[in-house]
Amino acid sequence: MAQILVKEVLTPQIKLMVVEAPRVAKKAKPGQFVVIRFHEQGERIPLTIADYDPDAGTVTIIFQEVGKSTLHLGEMEEGDEILDFVGPLGREIEERQFGHVVCVGGGVGIAPIYPKARALSMLGNRVTSIIGARTADLIFWEREMRSVSDELHVTTDDGTYGEKGFVTQVLERVVKEEQVDLVVAVGPLIMMKMVSLLTKKFSIPTLVSLNPIMVDGTGMCGCCRGTVNKECKFTCVDGPVFDGHQVDYDELMARQRTYLDEEQRAMEIWRMKKVEEEPTRVTR
Amino acid sequence: MSQDKFKGRPKMPQRPVRERIRDFDEVPTGLEEWAAVEEARRCLQCKRPLCMRGCPVEIDIPAFIALIAEGKFDQAVQKMKEKNSLPAICGRVCPQEEQCERECVLGKKGEPIAVGYIERFIADYERDRGVRTPSRSSPNGKKIAVIGAGPAGLTCAGDLAKMGYGVTLFEAFHAPGGVLVYGIPEFRLPKSIVFGEVDYVRSLGVELELSTVIGRSVTVDDLAEEGFGAFFIGTGAGLPYFMELPGENMNGIYSANEFLTRSNLMKGYRFPEYDTPIKIGRRVAVIGGGNVAMDSARTAVRLGADEVCLVYRRTKNEMPARVEEVERAEEEGINCIILTNPVRFLGNQNGWVTGIECIEMELGEPDESGRRRPVPIEGSEYVIPIDTVVVAIGQGPNPLLLETMPDLTLNRRGYIETDPETGATSRRGMFAGGDIVTGAATGISAMGAGKQAARSIDRFFQDPDTFPQWR
Ligand SMILES: Cc1cc2nc3c(=O)[nH]c(=O)nc-3n(C[C@H](O)[C@H](O)[C@H](O)COP(=O)(O)OP(=O)(O)OC[C@H]3O[C@@H](n4cnc5c(N)ncnc54)[C@H](O)[C@@H]3O)c2cc1C
Ligand code: SF4
Ligand code: FES
Repeated sequence: MAQILVKEVLTPQIKLMVVEAPRVAKKAKPGQFVVIRFHEQGERIPLTIADYDPDAGTVTIIFQEVGKSTLHLGEMEEGDEILDFVGPLGREIEERQFGHVVCVGGGVGIAPIYPKARALSMLGNRVTSIIGARTADLIFWEREMRSVSDELHVTTDDGTYGEKGFVTQVLERVVKEEQVDLVVAVGPLIMMKMVSLLTKKFSIPTLVSLNPIMVDGTGMCGCCRGTVNKECKFTCVDGPVFDGHQVDYDELMARQRTYLDEEQRAMEIWRMKKVEEEPTRVTR
Repeated sequence: MSQDKFKGRPKMPQRPVRERIRDFDEVPTGLEEWAAVEEARRCLQCKRPLCMRGCPVEIDIPAFIALIAEGKFDQAVQKMKEKNSLPAICGRVCPQEEQCERECVLGKKGEPIAVGYIERFIADYERDRGVRTPSRSSPNGKKIAVIGAGPAGLTCAGDLAKMGYGVTLFEAFHAPGGVLVYGIPEFRLPKSIVFGEVDYVRSLGVELELSTVIGRSVTVDDLAEEGFGAFFIGTGAGLPYFMELPGENMNGIYSANEFLTRSNLMKGYRFPEYDTPIKIGRRVAVIGGGNVAMDSARTAVRLGADEVCLVYRRTKNEMPARVEEVERAEEEGINCIILTNPVRFLGNQNGWVTGIECIEMELGEPDESGRRRPVPIEGSEYVIPIDTVVVAIGQGPNPLLLETMPDLTLNRRGYIETDPETGATSRRGMFAGGDIVTGAATGISAMGAGKQAARSIDRFFQDPDTFPQWR
């Protein structure tokens, strides 16, 4: 059991929770994740560790409400207990002095890029960060990102905030103008694919962090598998961070759609239940 | 093969096919009391009972059977539990036909005593009356960490707790039981039985720490610092093997571990009441011929597939699954496609599997396992159209924990090497047993290993100086 100590609404759909999990906090490293289950009938979902404090024994998670489980989690309040909070899982990102690193965070991927940017910056790297989202409402942690970056760019697809367009357009400008030694990108698969295509053209080493569907998170089921460098890899134990130039994104995008119908059905049932319970709360 | 001559060996009553394939409830219903007693009376009470030789934990089989024949059920339970603390489980999933029943003298004439059915009867008798907590020694203040709550870990933890040790049982999943809970389906082993046994182990004073991945959440070295003086590793063989064929990562292709975990542990068969979905197509192919394959195929039937087939590269004779389970699978309409091996998976534009290209096989010379090696017949390729595949070709050791202990000696295949006499590993104070030592085996051998290790750990604490160092 892990108690929710702090809950913050970062944007209407993106929530942050600081959770009491001393064992996880003590071992957590940038790049790792937890698998959580928060009620008896619940599924096990992976969430990246967005921040951690070993002294306080807390771990921060950030999630976007995209399906039934995340909507449900979003309704939990401070003081509530998360039934299972397993971690830290996955391998940590290699932390060393690379030189000039560009950190790209897209959508809710801004959360996992933060601890990586912070770690890289603390090791003396020059960090340029680019964060982007569909629209202004989905941008969060701008201040946090700025505090760990030498330079920060913000984009929105619709131009409601920052520069209009995709993160890749800023990235292209940066890599053309400056020497870049490493790119780290976290976000939707399609974004990571576009980033990798771009950096491959410029021969810049690129790390991406994958977030496939998982069950156990410990290498026991193979649900999280994908092709990296023509080999089958389990994201939960071999990753989640991989060489972006070696990942088969199309395969992963197909795998991510496996349960689309079921997710939709679960969401409809959930919404209907909410309408019955409290008609005024469903605004969307 | 006239059966009538040997009046006796009862048939296990089971639910009719039409009824049982619609739900996940248990299929065999267990012997009635009179049938169990009658069968017990048939036992010859051999002076040198061969059956015991076939039992991996050396249960005093004639003794407990004699007590049942006399109607002394309570004493029979006691007798059984001297050696086997999980009889309700073993009575259901042990491959008796390869163990005690294979050795039984009456088996020479074709009708061995139904040891397994009797075992199940007596265990259920006890369960129906509520499990009693046996006496345990007073706490001796020594702390032991048991890693993995499968049959090996549960048994080791229970035995040590009885001796007075302070035992903490660590489990990565959110539920204890190991394969018994995430792998073996409800219709073969009801989870309430496993949880009943777990409650019993807890009642002995064992602390259970779930959702704790040793090697990640906390390491063995951390635990040693926390004061744990000895370790037992019973982490099983949980790493699923894939066939490494083109197209294997397409949607609709599951490892048996994933398929069974979604259905059993996560209760995917009750989606959307439970959140975890499981996809089942109209035509399902399960690749493999072991218990895991049977369980997957029979699960697919219950999840509503129109057609389920097993694809196996040898013949039915070589199938490692229990004969009884193969029979039940066939009764349930599962079609065994033998002497056939997949060569690649075919799919559609959206990345969903649509078929398996297979090649026909014939049996050649015997291999190391003594089974005749299947050899492909050139040019015999054909396509089986399917929309769901479950790959059940075996499991290996999960390196997650082992990687954190470079000083631990592993064998060539990545399993832990142990002293066959004691279960000790190359690391002092660390013991191991079950599938993580033997490779995927049986519940009962895992329990036997847990028992052996508990005895050794006790010896290790009594007199660490004389305890033999392994390797
Ligand atoms: C589908 C299926 C059907 C089977 N049918 C039969 C049958 O009919 N009869 C039979 O006798 N046998 C059967 N078996 C085999 C039998 O279940 C196993 O041999 C037995 O369960 C092995 O026991 P174990 O304790 O060694 O490991 P497991 O049962 O595998 O338990 C290991 C436990 O350790 C946990 N663990 C792993 N790593 C860590 C870690 N780092 N930290 C904490 N916990 C960890 C796992 O989550 C798991 O709960 C079957 C197996 C399967 C998969
Ligand atoms: S070998 Fe068969 S007949 Fe002899 S004691 Fe054992 S179960 Fe009874
Ligand atoms: S989530 Fe099961 S192997 Fe990665």
